Amino acid sequence: MTALTPRKAFWRGYLDCAPFILIVIPYSMLFGVVARDAGLDLFQTMSMTVLVIAGAAQFTALALLQDNAPVFIALLTSLAVNLRMAMYSAALVPHIGHARFSVRALMAYLMVDQAFAVCVKTYEERPDMPPAAKVAYYFGCMMLICPFWYGFSFVGAYVGQAIPASLSLDFALPICFIALTGPLLRSVPHYVAALVSGVSILLFSWVPWNLGIMVAASLAMISGAQTELYLRRRAAKGAA
Amino acid sequence: MISDLDFWVLTLLLGLGTFLIRFSFLGIFGGKEMPEWALLHLRYVGVAVFPAIFMPLVVWPPATDGTVDPIRITAALAALVVGLRVNVIFSIIAGMATFYALRFIF
Repeated sequence: MTALTPRKAFWRGYLDCAPFILIVIPYSMLFGVVARDAGLDLFQTMSMTVLVIAGAAQFTALALLQDNAPVFIALLTSLAVNLRMAMYSAALVPHIGHARFSVRALMAYLMVDQAFAVCVKTYEERPDMPPAAKVAYYFGCMMLICPFWYGFSFVGAYVGQAIPASLSLDFALPICFIALTGPLLRSVPHYVAALVSGVSILLFSWVPWNLGIMVAASLAMISGAQTELYLRRRAAKGAA
Repeated sequence: MISDLDFWVLTLLLGLGTFLIRFSFLGIFGGKEMPEWALLHLRYVGVAVFPAIFMPLVVWPPATDGTVDPIRITAALAALVVGLRVNVIFSIIAGMATFYALRFIF
Protein backbone atom coordinates (compact mmCIF):
# COMPACT_ATOMS: atom_id res chain seq x y z
CA MET A 1 0.00 0.00 0.00
CA THR A 2 1.30 3.46 -0.85
CA ALA A 3 1.86 5.98 1.93
CA LEU A 4 -1.25 7.96 2.70
CA THR A 5 -0.94 11.72 2.13
CA PRO A 6 -2.75 13.97 4.63
CA ARG A 7 -5.09 15.21 1.90
CA LYS A 8 -6.12 11.67 0.96
CA ALA A 9 -6.42 10.73 4.63
CA PHE A 10 -8.73 13.69 5.25
CA TRP A 11 -11.11 12.62 2.49
CA ARG A 12 -10.93 8.98 3.53
CA GLY A 13 -12.00 9.99 7.05
CA TYR A 14 -14.74 12.13 5.55
CA LEU A 15 -16.07 9.18 3.52
CA ASP A 16 -15.62 6.63 6.32
CA CYS A 17 -17.84 8.76 8.56
CA ALA A 18 -20.40 9.46 5.84
CA PRO A 19 -22.82 6.70 6.96
CA PHE A 20 -23.17 8.46 10.31
CA ILE A 21 -24.96 11.35 8.64
CA LEU A 22 -28.00 9.08 8.70
CA ILE A 23 -27.80 9.00 12.49
CA VAL A 24 -26.59 12.53 13.10
CA ILE A 25 -29.46 14.06 11.12
CA PRO A 26 -32.36 12.54 13.09
CA TYR A 27 -30.45 12.77 16.37
CA SER A 28 -29.51 16.45 16.05
CA MET A 29 -32.98 17.31 14.75
CA LEU A 30 -34.42 15.53 17.74
CA PHE A 31 -32.31 17.70 20.03
CA GLY A 32 -33.55 20.84 18.31
CA VAL A 33 -37.15 19.72 18.64
CA VAL A 34 -36.81 18.69 22.29
CA ALA A 35 -34.98 21.90 23.20
CA ARG A 36 -37.71 24.11 21.74
CA ASP A 37 -40.27 21.91 23.43
CA ALA A 38 -38.50 22.54 26.76
CA GLY A 39 -38.87 26.28 26.22
CA LEU A 40 -35.44 27.26 24.88
CA ASP A 41 -35.37 29.80 22.08
CA LEU A 42 -33.52 29.30 18.80
CA PHE A 43 -30.41 31.17 20.00
CA GLN A 44 -30.22 29.22 23.27
CA THR A 45 -30.67 25.90 21.45
CA MET A 46 -27.88 26.67 19.00
CA SER A 47 -25.60 28.04 21.73
CA MET A 48 -25.83 24.78 23.62
CA THR A 49 -25.25 22.73 20.48
CA VAL A 50 -22.16 24.72 19.46
CA LEU A 51 -20.64 25.07 22.94
CA VAL A 52 -21.15 21.48 24.07
CA ILE A 53 -21.43 19.28 20.89
CA ALA A 54 -22.27 16.20 22.95
CA GLY A 55 -25.75 14.87 22.29
CA ALA A 56 -26.20 12.59 25.28
CA ALA A 57 -25.04 15.32 27.70
CA GLN A 58 -27.23 17.94 26.03
CA PHE A 59 -30.28 15.71 26.36
CA THR A 60 -29.37 14.99 29.99
CA ALA A 61 -28.98 18.69 30.78
CA LEU A 62 -32.33 19.52 29.19
CA ALA A 63 -34.16 16.69 30.93
CA LEU A 64 -32.84 17.72 34.34
CA LEU A 65 -33.46 21.44 33.85
CA GLN A 66 -37.01 20.64 32.79
CA ASP A 67 -37.32 18.48 35.88
CA ASN A 68 -36.40 21.57 37.97
CA ALA A 69 -33.20 19.92 39.20
CA PRO A 70 -30.67 22.35 40.73
CA VAL A 71 -28.25 23.68 38.09
CA PHE A 72 -25.35 22.17 40.02
CA ILE A 73 -26.84 18.65 39.80
CA ALA A 74 -27.78 19.09 36.14
CA LEU A 75 -24.18 20.16 35.42
CA LEU A 76 -22.57 17.29 37.33
CA THR A 77 -24.86 14.71 35.72
CA SER A 78 -24.19 15.96 32.22
CA LEU A 79 -20.46 16.09 32.85
CA ALA A 80 -20.62 12.54 34.22
CA VAL A 81 -22.20 11.47 30.94
CA ASN A 82 -19.22 13.07 29.19
CA LEU A 83 -16.53 11.56 31.44
CA ARG A 84 -16.23 8.74 28.91
CA MET A 85 -14.50 11.23 26.64
CA ALA A 86 -11.55 11.40 29.03
CA MET A 87 -11.00 7.80 27.98
CA TYR A 88 -11.33 8.75 24.32
CA SER A 89 -8.82 11.53 24.90
CA ALA A 90 -6.36 9.06 26.41
CA ALA A 91 -6.99 6.50 23.66
CA LEU A 92 -6.16 9.09 20.98
CA VAL A 93 -2.82 10.18 22.52
CA PRO A 94 -0.69 7.45 20.87
CA HIS A 95 -2.15 8.40 17.47
CA ILE A 96 -2.57 12.16 17.37
CA GLY A 97 -0.84 13.32 20.57
CA HIS A 98 2.12 14.61 18.52
CA ALA A 99 0.12 17.49 16.98
CA ARG A 100 0.61 21.16 17.94
CA PHE A 101 -1.08 22.42 21.12
CA SER A 102 -3.63 24.56 19.26
CA VAL A 103 -4.42 21.71 16.87
CA ARG A 104 -4.92 19.35 19.81
CA ALA A 105 -7.25 21.90 21.42
CA LEU A 106 -9.33 22.02 18.23
CA MET A 107 -9.33 18.22 18.00
CA ALA A 108 -10.51 18.05 21.61
CA TYR A 109 -13.38 20.45 20.92
CA LEU A 110 -14.49 18.34 17.93
CA MET A 111 -14.31 14.95 19.70
CA VAL A 112 -17.58 13.02 19.27
CA ASP A 113 -18.48 9.36 19.85
CA GLN A 114 -19.14 8.18 16.31
CA ALA A 115 -16.11 9.79 14.72
CA PHE A 116 -13.90 8.64 17.59
CA ALA A 117 -15.04 5.06 17.06
CA VAL A 118 -14.28 5.24 13.34
CA CYS A 119 -10.85 6.84 13.93
CA VAL A 120 -9.66 4.32 16.48
CA LYS A 121 -10.87 1.41 14.35
CA THR A 122 -8.93 2.75 11.37
CA TYR A 123 -5.79 3.53 13.41
CA GLU A 124 -5.80 -0.03 14.78
CA GLU A 125 -6.37 -1.61 11.37
CA ARG A 126 -3.71 0.53 9.71
CA PRO A 127 -0.73 0.84 12.06
CA ASP A 128 1.40 1.97 9.07
CA MET A 129 -0.56 5.23 8.76
CA PRO A 130 1.87 8.23 8.96
CA PRO A 131 1.25 10.55 11.97
CA ALA A 132 0.28 13.52 9.77
CA ALA A 133 -2.24 11.33 7.94
CA LYS A 134 -3.77 10.27 11.26
CA VAL A 135 -4.38 13.91 12.19
CA ALA A 136 -5.85 14.66 8.76
CA TYR A 137 -8.03 11.55 8.98
CA TYR A 138 -9.32 12.73 12.38
CA PHE A 139 -10.31 16.11 10.98
CA GLY A 140 -11.93 14.43 7.98
CA CYS A 141 -14.17 12.43 10.32
CA MET A 142 -15.06 15.36 12.56
CA MET A 143 -15.53 17.86 9.73
CA LEU A 144 -18.25 15.68 8.31
CA ILE A 145 -20.13 15.11 11.56
CA CYS A 146 -20.00 18.57 13.15
CA PRO A 147 -21.59 20.75 10.42
CA PHE A 148 -24.45 18.27 10.20
CA TRP A 149 -24.80 18.33 13.96
CA TYR A 150 -25.09 22.14 13.99
CA GLY A 151 -27.20 22.35 10.84
CA PHE A 152 -29.82 19.83 11.75
CA SER A 153 -30.09 20.99 15.36
CA PHE A 154 -31.05 24.29 13.76
CA VAL A 155 -33.54 22.60 11.43
CA GLY A 156 -35.03 20.69 14.36
CA ALA A 157 -35.29 23.82 16.49
CA TYR A 158 -36.76 25.70 13.54
CA VAL A 159 -39.43 23.21 12.55
CA GLY A 160 -40.11 22.51 16.21
CA GLN A 161 -43.17 20.46 16.90
CA ALA A 162 -43.83 19.65 13.25
CA ILE A 163 -42.20 16.22 13.85
CA PRO A 164 -44.78 13.89 15.40
CA ALA A 165 -43.71 12.22 18.65
CA SER A 166 -45.23 9.01 17.24
CA LEU A 167 -42.12 8.62 15.04
CA SER A 168 -40.17 7.72 18.22
CA LEU A 169 -36.93 9.21 16.93
CA ASP A 170 -35.55 8.68 20.45
CA PHE A 171 -34.90 5.06 19.50
CA ALA A 172 -32.30 6.17 16.95
CA LEU A 173 -29.94 6.91 19.86
CA PRO A 174 -29.53 3.38 21.31
CA ILE A 175 -29.57 1.92 17.79
CA CYS A 176 -26.70 4.23 16.93
CA PHE A 177 -24.61 3.01 19.86
CA ILE A 178 -25.45 -0.64 19.08
CA ALA A 179 -24.35 -0.13 15.49
CA LEU A 180 -21.07 1.33 16.77
CA THR A 181 -20.49 -1.64 19.06
CA GLY A 182 -21.09 -4.44 16.54
CA PRO A 183 -17.99 -3.93 14.40
CA LEU A 184 -15.82 -3.48 17.52
CA LEU A 185 -16.57 -7.04 18.69
CA ARG A 186 -13.49 -8.53 17.06
CA SER A 187 -12.24 -11.00 19.67
CA VAL A 188 -13.26 -12.92 22.78
CA PRO A 189 -11.98 -10.21 25.18
CA HIS A 190 -14.05 -7.61 23.27
CA TYR A 191 -17.16 -9.75 23.73
CA VAL A 192 -16.40 -10.21 27.43
CA ALA A 193 -15.94 -6.45 27.91
CA ALA A 194 -19.18 -5.62 26.08
CA LEU A 195 -21.12 -8.21 28.08
CA VAL A 196 -19.73 -7.01 31.42
CA SER A 197 -20.53 -3.42 30.45
CA GLY A 198 -24.12 -4.18 29.40
CA VAL A 199 -24.89 -6.26 32.48
CA SER A 200 -23.18 -3.98 35.00
CA ILE A 201 -24.93 -0.82 33.81
CA LEU A 202 -28.24 -2.52 34.60
CA LEU A 203 -26.93 -3.63 38.01
CA PHE A 204 -25.48 -0.17 38.78
CA SER A 205 -28.35 1.91 37.43
CA TRP A 206 -29.03 3.03 41.02
CA VAL A 207 -25.66 4.83 41.19
CA PRO A 208 -26.51 8.55 41.25
CA TRP A 209 -25.51 11.16 38.67
CA ASN A 210 -25.09 8.68 35.81
CA LEU A 211 -21.82 7.57 37.38
CA GLY A 212 -23.05 4.02 36.75
CA ILE A 213 -21.70 4.43 33.20
CA MET A 214 -18.20 5.00 34.58
CA VAL A 215 -18.50 2.05 36.96
CA ALA A 216 -19.73 -0.27 34.20
CA ALA A 217 -17.10 0.95 31.72
CA SER A 218 -14.26 0.54 34.23
CA LEU A 219 -15.34 -3.01 35.12
CA ALA A 220 -15.69 -3.83 31.42
CA MET A 221 -12.23 -2.50 30.51
CA ILE A 222 -10.63 -4.48 33.35
CA SER A 223 -12.54 -7.61 32.25
CA GLY A 224 -11.45 -7.20 28.64
CA ALA A 225 -7.82 -6.60 29.59
CA GLN A 226 -7.73 -9.52 32.02
CA THR A 227 -9.34 -11.86 29.47
CA GLU A 228 -6.73 -10.83 26.92
CA LEU A 229 -3.90 -11.48 29.42
CA TYR A 230 -5.43 -14.84 30.35
CA LEU A 231 -5.73 -15.92 26.72
CA ARG A 232 -2.15 -14.79 26.06
CA ARG A 233 -0.86 -16.83 29.02
CA ARG A 234 -2.83 -19.86 27.88
CA ALA A 235 -1.52 -19.53 24.31
CA ALA A 236 2.05 -19.22 25.64
CA LYS A 237 1.57 -22.36 27.72
CA GLY A 238 0.13 -24.19 24.73
CA ALA A 239 3.12 -23.21 22.60
CA ALA A 240 5.67 -24.31 25.22
CA MET B 1 -40.08 26.59 32.33
CA ILE B 2 -36.30 26.94 32.32
CA SER B 3 -35.00 30.27 33.65
CA ASP B 4 -32.54 32.19 31.48
CA LEU B 5 -29.96 32.40 34.26
CA ASP B 6 -30.09 28.65 34.96
CA PHE B 7 -29.78 27.91 31.27
CA TRP B 8 -26.73 30.11 30.65
CA VAL B 9 -24.88 29.07 33.80
CA LEU B 10 -25.43 25.42 32.91
CA THR B 11 -24.58 25.77 29.22
CA LEU B 12 -21.39 27.79 29.71
CA LEU B 13 -20.07 25.54 32.48
CA LEU B 14 -21.08 22.39 30.60
CA GLY B 15 -19.32 23.63 27.47
CA LEU B 16 -16.15 24.47 29.42
CA GLY B 17 -16.22 21.25 31.48
CA THR B 18 -16.84 19.09 28.44
CA PHE B 19 -13.93 20.72 26.62
CA LEU B 20 -11.62 20.13 29.61
CA ILE B 21 -12.64 16.45 29.72
CA ARG B 22 -11.97 16.08 26.00
CA PHE B 23 -8.67 17.93 26.26
CA SER B 24 -7.53 16.16 29.46
CA PHE B 25 -5.11 13.57 28.12
CA LEU B 26 -4.55 15.13 24.70
CA GLY B 27 -3.63 18.44 26.35
CA ILE B 28 -1.54 17.26 29.27
CA PHE B 29 0.27 14.19 27.98
CA GLY B 30 0.39 15.03 24.27
CA GLY B 31 3.29 13.35 22.49
CA LYS B 32 4.28 11.17 25.45
CA GLU B 33 4.28 7.38 25.28
CA MET B 34 1.49 5.63 27.13
CA PRO B 35 2.46 2.72 29.39
CA GLU B 36 1.62 -0.83 28.22
CA TRP B 37 -1.05 -1.41 30.90
CA ALA B 38 -2.86 1.75 29.82
CA LEU B 39 -2.85 0.72 26.16
CA LEU B 40 -4.08 -2.75 27.14
CA HIS B 41 -7.13 -1.27 28.86
CA LEU B 42 -7.76 1.40 26.26
CA ARG B 43 -8.26 -1.25 23.59
CA TYR B 44 -11.58 -1.91 25.31
CA VAL B 45 -12.84 1.67 25.76
CA GLY B 46 -15.42 1.45 22.96
CA VAL B 47 -16.89 -1.92 23.87
CA ALA B 48 -16.84 -0.88 27.54
CA VAL B 49 -18.68 2.44 27.15
CA PHE B 50 -21.20 1.95 24.32
CA PRO B 51 -23.17 -0.97 25.86
CA ALA B 52 -23.40 1.03 29.10
CA ILE B 53 -25.05 3.82 27.12
CA PHE B 54 -27.45 1.77 25.01
CA MET B 55 -28.49 -0.99 27.43
CA PRO B 56 -30.67 1.19 29.72
CA LEU B 57 -32.15 2.94 26.68
CA VAL B 58 -33.12 -0.44 25.20
CA VAL B 59 -34.26 -2.19 28.38
CA TRP B 60 -35.82 0.77 30.21
CA PRO B 61 -36.55 3.35 27.49
CA PRO B 62 -37.44 6.84 28.79
CA ALA B 63 -40.07 7.08 26.00
CA THR B 64 -42.10 4.28 27.66
CA ASP B 65 -41.41 5.64 31.17
CA GLY B 66 -39.00 2.80 31.78
CA THR B 67 -41.28 -0.17 31.09
CA VAL B 68 -39.79 -3.04 29.08
CA ASP B 69 -40.85 -2.91 25.42
CA PRO B 70 -40.40 -6.23 23.52
CA ILE B 71 -40.46 -4.36 20.20
CA ARG B 72 -37.45 -2.22 21.15
CA ILE B 73 -35.54 -5.22 22.48
CA THR B 74 -36.20 -7.21 19.29
CA ALA B 75 -35.16 -4.25 17.12
CA ALA B 76 -31.99 -3.81 19.21
CA LEU B 77 -31.09 -7.48 18.73
CA ALA B 78 -31.65 -7.13 14.98
CA ALA B 79 -29.30 -4.13 14.91
CA LEU B 80 -26.66 -6.03 16.91
CA VAL B 81 -26.76 -9.16 14.74
CA VAL B 82 -26.57 -7.17 11.51
CA GLY B 83 -23.81 -4.99 13.01
CA LEU B 84 -21.77 -8.11 13.75
CA ARG B 85 -22.32 -9.63 10.30
CA VAL B 86 -22.45 -6.66 7.94
CA ASN B 87 -21.64 -3.06 8.90
CA VAL B 88 -22.69 0.05 10.79
CA ILE B 89 -25.11 1.48 8.29
CA PHE B 90 -27.02 -1.75 7.68
CA SER B 91 -27.12 -2.26 11.42
CA ILE B 92 -28.96 1.04 11.85
CA ILE B 93 -31.28 0.32 8.95
CA ALA B 94 -32.05 -3.16 10.33
CA GLY B 95 -32.70 -1.78 13.82
CA MET B 96 -34.99 1.06 12.79
CA ALA B 97 -36.77 -1.01 10.10
CA THR B 98 -37.48 -3.81 12.59
CA PHE B 99 -38.70 -1.22 15.09
CA TYR B 100 -41.13 0.48 12.69
CA ALA B 101 -42.26 -2.83 11.12
CA LEU B 102 -43.10 -4.40 14.48
CA ARG B 103 -44.88 -1.27 15.66
CA PHE B 104 -46.91 -1.28 12.47
CA ILE B 105 -47.87 -4.94 12.93
CA PHE B 106 -48.67 -4.84 16.67
